[in-house]
This record gives sequence, structure tokens and C-alpha cells, in this order.
Amino acid sequence: MTGAGRGFKIFRAVLMVVFAAYFFLPLVSMLNFAVQGKASEKGSLTVQPFVNLWQDEDLRSAIIASLLLALFTVLLMVLLLVPTMIWVRLRVPELSRVVEFLCLLPLTVPPLVIVVGISNVYTWVNYLLGDSALVLTFAYVVLVLPYSYRSIDSALQAIDVTTLAEAARSLGAGWTTVITRIVMPNIISGILGAAFIAIALVLGEYVFASLLHYDTLPVRLAAINKSDTSTAMAGAFASIVLVSLLLLGLSFFNRNKTVGVEGVKER
Amino acid sequence: MTLATEAGLAVELTDLTRVYGSVRALDGLTLHLAPGELVVLLGPSGCGKTTALRILAGLDQATSGSVEVGGKDLTRVPANKRDMGMVFQAYSLFPHLTVRDNVAFGLKLRGRDGAARRKRADDMLELVGLGIHADRYAHQLSGGQQQRVALARALAIEPSVLLLDEPLSALDAKVRVQLRDEIRRVQIEVGTTTLFVTHDQEEALAVADRVGVMNAGRLEQLAPPAELYSSPATQFVGEFVGLSNRIPVEGSTGTTRVIDVDVPVLAGSATGTGFALVRPESVSFTPAEGAGGGQATIAAIAFLGPVSRATATLDDGTLVVAQLDSAEAATLRVGGRVSVGIDPVPVLVVGA
Repeated sequence: MTGAGRGFKIFRAVLMVVFAAYFFLPLVSMLNFAVQGKASEKGSLTVQPFVNLWQDEDLRSAIIASLLLALFTVLLMVLLLVPTMIWVRLRVPELSRVVEFLCLLPLTVPPLVIVVGISNVYTWVNYLLGDSALVLTFAYVVLVLPYSYRSIDSALQAIDVTTLAEAARSLGAGWTTVITRIVMPNIISGILGAAFIAIALVLGEYVFASLLHYDTLPVRLAAINKSDTSTAMAGAFASIVLVSLLLLGLSFFNRNKTVGVEGVKER
Repeated sequence: MTLATEAGLAVELTDLTRVYGSVRALDGLTLHLAPGELVVLLGPSGCGKTTALRILAGLDQATSGSVEVGGKDLTRVPANKRDMGMVFQAYSLFPHLTVRDNVAFGLKLRGRDGAARRKRADDMLELVGLGIHADRYAHQLSGGQQQRVALARALAIEPSVLLLDEPLSALDAKVRVQLRDEIRRVQIEVGTTTLFVTHDQEEALAVADRVGVMNAGRLEQLAPPAELYSSPATQFVGEFVGLSNRIPVEGSTGTTRVIDVDVPVLAGSATGTGFALVRPESVSFTPAEGAGGGQATIAAIAFLGPVSRATATLDDGTLVVAQLDSAEAATLRVGGRVSVGIDPVPVLVVGA
């Protein structure tokens, strides 16, 4: 092995350690804080804060609301965005700039401003659909649009959508078949990426939920944090771990997928 | 092996015009394909050949004109209801399906049961010589193999018409020639009426029953390959198809004088002063000292295997290329003096 090669290996190892420390130290501290229990019971470790997550009725319903919100946001986002983006690419490519602009717009407006703007709308939403936290789905779909758009768009760019669609049509496929059975299976990594990022965003979203007065996991955690810090910390820890696992799964899935896609492209 | 059983269908394109904005991509194309015939549309890029094919496929709509296959008017029928098999220039296999599932895809859409689909797909893969690769994915195949699978997929649905849109353009030279011959063999075997679009004239002449040369949205000439080569009808065809010498001539009435030889002229020739388009194989060089109209100096000799191509400069400065047997070319040397002979086969004379 050359000296330069060894130098690089060491540099790489140091980088890994630094990043791992940056990422894991807060997590470990959170876990540690959570399991130490209340100050009065110092010395004995306890899993009570984690049990509280499920036993506290308000917190439990907030967790369920957040998980359902994530699920509905993903479903609505996929239903809206995927067919639209495929359709625009195939049939009205001249509109793709407009769609991109619209999808990236939420990124440029601070969430606080959006909330103030849509609070009036939500008066009507509540009036029509009831005041369950799940109505936040509509706002969250808008919130996750920029990230989901990027993820799906890059997957679409990796395949020759036009030719695949034309080949399928010449073989007898209608537009629905083209979208569901030809294009979607080939951009599944992009759709999953969009979904995971959406889940991560929804599980961590505070501003909308709090200002529109809905009880979601982050809102509940913030409230509990004032009285029972250990449980709040346990909740935060659990949601960070969940989201990290999702994103980690995504990157592994993507790595497996891209090998195939590149193989096709290079020939 | 069960291949397409019904004989091919006749295709009738009538007065097709396609206007994009201010560009007439296709300008009144009328073309008839006899049942089982392979017609090649040949032309430079932008000549409208691909537009014609896409209109026949239903992937593009004609501004005016009609498309009929087997006596049925398909002008307003969408692409997925036309029953046409198509092979594209770009690789078009579905990346998420195996080779077999790709070939069976059209049959699945037609509601054929699993066993029948599998049988037909395997038969078609056998036909293109890829039976052993049925369980692979597209990215595990070479470009030539992918195009053969695409051909099998297009033929699996027993299409009314087979459409080939520059299927060989993305391949390297050797594979291109192999696959070209294979496409022709398969096409004759299944008997499907076929429209093949290419910009490669050698490819066109090699596979076609008839070649249609297109230019600026119009059909310049439609003829069997040999006729197209020996009797080009227009200047464009004469210059686009095959190599030609442009030798200046002084007007023509029935015959024209090319260098020192009287040569008959083809219909459609210009009458005034112009250039005779003379094929290199009609030109011969004989070593000879001397000067005069038929004398030239060898400028270069290119060895091409069985034949060689020699270039000579006439004393008036005109360059003339001759295609000679390599044995004959061996008697020539660069810088040597030769007398130029012209076979009196009919030539096209084009305006200056």
C-alpha cells in the first residue's frame, strides 16, 4: 500500500468517527437522559418514559394522529404528484417548468407565513370536514411537495419515459396501464424516496400543527416537555430513531436500484 | 413453432401531411405497401420519414390525409388499438421486466393465459436466437441483443404491420450488419408487412423490397433497390444513394459525352450544361502515357479488400473515382498516368 493510500484511509476513518460522534452523541445523550428517570430517583435506570409514550392517553392519540397524518400525506402526495408528473412529461412537456415552479414554491415561503395564510382556509376545512388533526393532510401535502417533486423528478430523468410509454402503447397499453405498469415500477425508488422524506417531515412538523391547534406528536411532546422532560425526551428519541431508520432503508434501497438503472444507461 | 399465420396486410398511406408550426415535416406523402412487403423509407434527418412512420403507428397525428391497413381506416384510431409492432431507435425494453415478460407484455394485455403467453414468448425469443436469455433483464444484454428482444416483443402480438424506426442506429457497425440480415430473415419468415425507416442507404438497399427516398417531406422516388441504384429519377436520389462522380458535360439529348465516351442519359436528366453522375464501378483506369481529354494522373489508391478505390485527377482538374478489382489496382501507382474509360451505362445528368 502506498503512503498516500494509507493517509487517505486514516483521513476517511477520522471523518467517519467525527460524523458518527456528531450524529450519535446527541442521540445517546437523549437516551441517557430519558432512562435516568426523575431527579429524585437518581441512580436507577428506568424504561418508564418509554412506557409513558403509550400509556399517556393524550400522547398516544397524538402519536397515532401523527402516524396517520404521515400515511395520508404520502398517499395523497403520490396520487396527486406521480400521475401528474408522468402526464406532464409525456403529453405537455412545455408545462414542466410551470409545474416545477409550483412544486418548489412552498420552499420559498416561510412556514409561518403559510400558516397565517391558510388559517382562514382551515376555518372552512374544519367546518366541512370536522376538526380531526387528519385535516392537516392537505397542508402537509403542500409542505412536502418540493422534496417529493425533486425525488420523483430525478427518478423520471433516469429512464426514457417517452420511449417506454410509446413502446407500451404500441403493444396495446392504454394510458392508465402505461402509468401504473410501466412507468411507476421503474421510478419506484423515487416514489419511495418521496414517501420517506414526506414521513420524516410530517413526523417532525411543529409550526403548522401548533398554530392551527392540532394535537400531533411534536406539539404534544413540546407540551409534555414542560412537566415531564424524560417522557418528552423518550418521544423525541423514538421519533428520531424511526425517521433515521426510514432514511437509512431508503439509501440502501436506492443503492441496489441505481446499479440496474446505470447498467441500462451505459449501453 | 407457430409464427404469424395470416398473410400480411396491405397498407395505404394517402396524401399524408404533417405541419409543425410553420414546418411541413410531411408534405403529401402517398405510399402503398403490398401484403408482406418490406418498404424502407430512406432520407437525411428531418426528411419526414420518421414522421410518416409515427403517423402510421398512431404516435403522431397527420394534419391531413388518411391511414388504411387491410382496408380499415385507422386515421383516428389511437396507437394502442392499432395492433402494430414497433421497434425503436432508443432501447425500449421495460427495465423492470425479464426478457420473457417483456416479450409477453402485449399478450398479457390481450388477456392470453399464462401458459400460452410463455410459450409464444419463448417461441419468439427462439426465432431471434435469444431463447437462453429469457430470464435476464435488459441491462444484462448487449445493445444488439436488446434490439432483438424488442423485435421479438413487437412480433409476439402478431402485428398487422411491423414498424422499424432506425432500429440499428445505436449499434456498432458489425452488429448492425448482422442484425440487419437477421431482421430481413425473420420478416420473410413471418410475412408481416413492414415499414423500415433509416438514414443509412446501404442498410436500405440491403433489406428492402422497395426503397422510398424522401427529401423535405416528399417522396422523391420509390423503386426496388437495384432500380434505385441504376436509374435514379432525381438529382437528390442520384446524389444521396451510392457514390457518384460528378463529371462536367456539355448538354445532353438522348446521349451525352462523358470525357471521351458517348453515354445514354436517364429520363429526368437536365438538358443544358451540367454534371453526369457516374458510378465508380463504371469508371476504369488503364496505365498509358500521353495527354488529352481522357488522360489523368492517379492521386490516391484505397485498398478495401476485394476491391480498391482509385482517385485520379483529369488534366482539366476534375477528380474521378474508380472502383477496381484489387488485382487490377495493383498495376496502378500513385503519380502514374492513366487513360480513363467510362462504361456506356445510362447516367443521370444534373444541372450545374
